[in-house]
Amino acid sequence: MAVKIISPGLSTTVQDLGRPGYYHLGIPLSGGMDRFALRAANMLVGNDESAAVLEAVFMGPEVEFTTAATVAVTGASLPPKLNGAELATWEAFPVRPGDRLSFGFLKSGARVYIAVSGGIDVPVTLGSRSTYTLGALGGHEGRALKAGDELPLGEGTGGKGTGGKGSLPEALRRQPGNPAELRMLPGLYWHRITAEAGKQFFADTWKVAPEADRIGYRFKGGTPLDFVPREQPFGAGSNPSNIVDACYPYGSIQVPGGTEPIVLHRDAVSGGGYMMLGCVISADMDLIGQLQPHSPARFTEVSMDQALAARHDRKAALARLRAHLGR
Amino acid sequence: MAQILSPLPGTFYRSASPDQPPFKADGDDVAVGDVIGLIEVMKSFHEVKSDVAGKNVQFVTDNEEPVMAGAVLADLS
Repeated sequence: MAVKIISPGLSTTVQDLGRPGYYHLGIPLSGGMDRFALRAANMLVGNDESAAVLEAVFMGPEVEFTTAATVAVTGASLPPKLNGAELATWEAFPVRPGDRLSFGFLKSGARVYIAVSGGIDVPVTLGSRSTYTLGALGGHEGRALKAGDELPLGEGTGGKGTGGKGSLPEALRRQPGNPAELRMLPGLYWHRITAEAGKQFFADTWKVAPEADRIGYRFKGGTPLDFVPREQPFGAGSNPSNIVDACYPYGSIQVPGGTEPIVLHRDAVSGGGYMMLGCVISADMDLIGQLQPHSPARFTEVSMDQALAARHDRKAALARLRAHLGR
Repeated sequence: MAQILSPLPGTFYRSASPDQPPFKADGDDVAVGDVIGLIEVMKSFHEVKSDVAGKNVQFVTDNEEPVMAGAVLADLS
């Protein structure tokens, strides 16, 4: 009852919905970068939505199954292949002992979620099976997977999946647009930049920097920020983008040196000395997880009411997915 | 004609560092497993190894050029 890693891809980790409740101690949320896709993968194979799956970025792993199971791949368009034959994403398929799952070239998006019926049964650490590689916590030995690793599977033989309905319709999936639109709520430090700089921040089209990862997504190619002059307070660094150390929320946008915004994501640090423009709203954080290097993105200002309405919309989309799969 | 494709999105480099010669010059032969360049993504560099053999390699992606996964890096004859 296991999944064997034949080759790990670029960086493949065990993730579930995350590890909330410890961020004040410096331990980040972790969990899937695109949790909608993660939930969908689990639903397709009949798992609880919070079961642990494999998250692979840009390049798929090759794995072998030692048991019969139901498998689904969601998220990016990274074509799965079972024993070399190409299959669809967002669709459940059966595997037999000895079958090998590999992947073709990435077509769009960035991350796939590979759910196996029963779930990946690594030990629960601080309430989650998610891997936090910087802290060597959770997942399989606290690290990205390597060739030769064997991951145990939990109980469960696979549920209804797509029930012969084929892959999930496009309308029930979610992919970033081109450019991606990231809605953000300006925050406590917005007053630190000039009104002109604020306008320009929303007017510019930014590009994902190649170093973007699970800790944070860096964007480049926009106009450097102009700060309102001030005498830096005691305890703040000398750069105008510095503040007296503060808590960093999930989704917060810091701009070190005023040049390249960084949106903190699932494996982020919890505090530091950079001012934050505000936060990308929770409804749009999944989209960031599907952005490739060099892909364009824009930030759009929203109010708290609009952010809450967007969160409500995402809950409704999840409800439609559950209804489609008869859950 | 065989092609060498990028396995990853990122930034393509033809040499190990700016003061080093390229892994392969245009016109070189390529054997299976030869390193033909690097892709930089997520703060690390990944070797691109050819899974095809051929002669007279011609690069179609420039040094330091952004690439998508599956992009043609070089042609072989």
